[in-house]
Amino acid sequence: MQNYSIFNLIKNAFTNHQNWDLAWKDPTPKKEYDVVIIGGGGHGLATAYYLAKEHNITNVAIIEKGWIGGGNVGRNTTIIRSNYMHDENALFSEFGMNLWRKMSQDLNYNVMFSPRGIINLAHSDAQMNAYARRGNSMRLNGIDAVLLNREQVKEIIPMADFSENVRFPIFGGLMQPSAGTARHDAVAWGYARQADSMGVDIIQNCEVTGFDLSAGKIKGIRTSRGDIKVKKVGLCVAGSTNILAEKLNMTLPIETHLLQACVSEPVKPVLDRVVTFGAGHFYISQSDKGEMVMGGDLDGYNSYAQRGNLPTLQHVLTEGIAMMPFLSKLKMLRTWGGIMDMSMDGSPIIDKTHIDGLYLNCGWCYGGFKATPASGWTFAHTIAQDRVHELNAGFSLNRFSTGHLIDEKGLGTKTWIS
Amino acid sequence: MRSQNEFSYGGDASVKRPELNQEISDQDWDNFVYNRKSLRGKHLELWQHISGCRQWIKVERDTGTHEIFNTYKADEASS
Repeated sequence: MQNYSIFNLIKNAFTNHQNWDLAWKDPTPKKEYDVVIIGGGGHGLATAYYLAKEHNITNVAIIEKGWIGGGNVGRNTTIIRSNYMHDENALFSEFGMNLWRKMSQDLNYNVMFSPRGIINLAHSDAQMNAYARRGNSMRLNGIDAVLLNREQVKEIIPMADFSENVRFPIFGGLMQPSAGTARHDAVAWGYARQADSMGVDIIQNCEVTGFDLSAGKIKGIRTSRGDIKVKKVGLCVAGSTNILAEKLNMTLPIETHLLQACVSEPVKPVLDRVVTFGAGHFYISQSDKGEMVMGGDLDGYNSYAQRGNLPTLQHVLTEGIAMMPFLSKLKMLRTWGGIMDMSMDGSPIIDKTHIDGLYLNCGWCYGGFKATPASGWTFAHTIAQDRVHELNAGFSLNRFSTGHLIDEKGLGTKTWIS
Repeated sequence: MRSQNEFSYGGDASVKRPELNQEISDQDWDNFVYNRKSLRGKHLELWQHISGCRQWIKVERDTGTHEIFNTYKADEASS
């Protein structure tokens, strides 16, 4: 594989950049693989990469119905953070933060990781107390957290509404300075390119139509490009989890819902942090191109539409304008939606299943993108070793029946009760 | 035609609470409380006309296209 470096850039400039290697190949599916990862999104690509890199398992295929990176890894608001209170989420996410910090070097691909910090705004004394508690929990787990008062927040984001007579005055906020954003497409492409270079077959435009099971064990998968014999299968299909689960006669604590995001027209640099509204569900950052990147609540009903409806968008942007009134002057450039695998407690599932050789990675709700490296790393471990790693032990499938739910405010499917 | 804004979602309407006068397994509770089919296509679900008459209704809707095929009263059997 050609290294991406300044020297190769200069060298290829002499040939008008016509001779760069393809970033990944377009192989025909083989008859048999050791591991098949279904879903060529961020998590699937990362899983294949870590299977090859950490566990030396390279007879691996990624089966993707559409094109790689076309789902939620290309549809999110690119926020990366580990500001969780509970150990399961905090330790997992912080492990991921360490992978993010060295990802560009690790993948030899500039993912533009920008640790610009995230501020969760508080709009009441009670919320400040809750943030103080969360911040302390984070620090106990080795995650950076700073509690900001109103004046400190004002210094960092003066464009927010600090006037006296607002419905939700800003009391302060909780900041994780090391949180940030990254270029989401580059994450998918970087993982794909490295996985491909280590021998992983990335098979696009190939739909999984069924599974071959025998005596409770996975034997193969059926696809639109032929049957494939396989020892282990990992499901990494986010919003399509329930569709594949049905083919396996499994019913999961997952509902598929639609989440929208949008960007404004590009403007001059105004916001150099990620900011979330504390009196509703709204988050905002500014992209390198200058667009304000915004998102909020689910549309609120089961949906596979991959496009949203206007009432939710209006609701979300109303929150945005309440927080930063200047947003009302901006024109909207694009809105889009992705289908989320919403788990019932808002935390993910990375686990084995009752079927031998079938592994499950789903339930990412609002937080799939930032989890990409940690999810891939722990899922690869779970598949390779046939046992969960301590980092994903809490994300078990059976926690719903045993009562070991994770009481993080991750928001599950029932957003209306939160 | 009423605006979508007037309605609030109540989830999968095909879920049945286990009968209380008999032994209920953990699996039964699990299925009732957490596990959902949530497929693409026809989906029977509850909605409340929350900014109107406040009645609960059952709606048969396509989760891919949002087409509505049928509506039923909350206590009415859906065919």
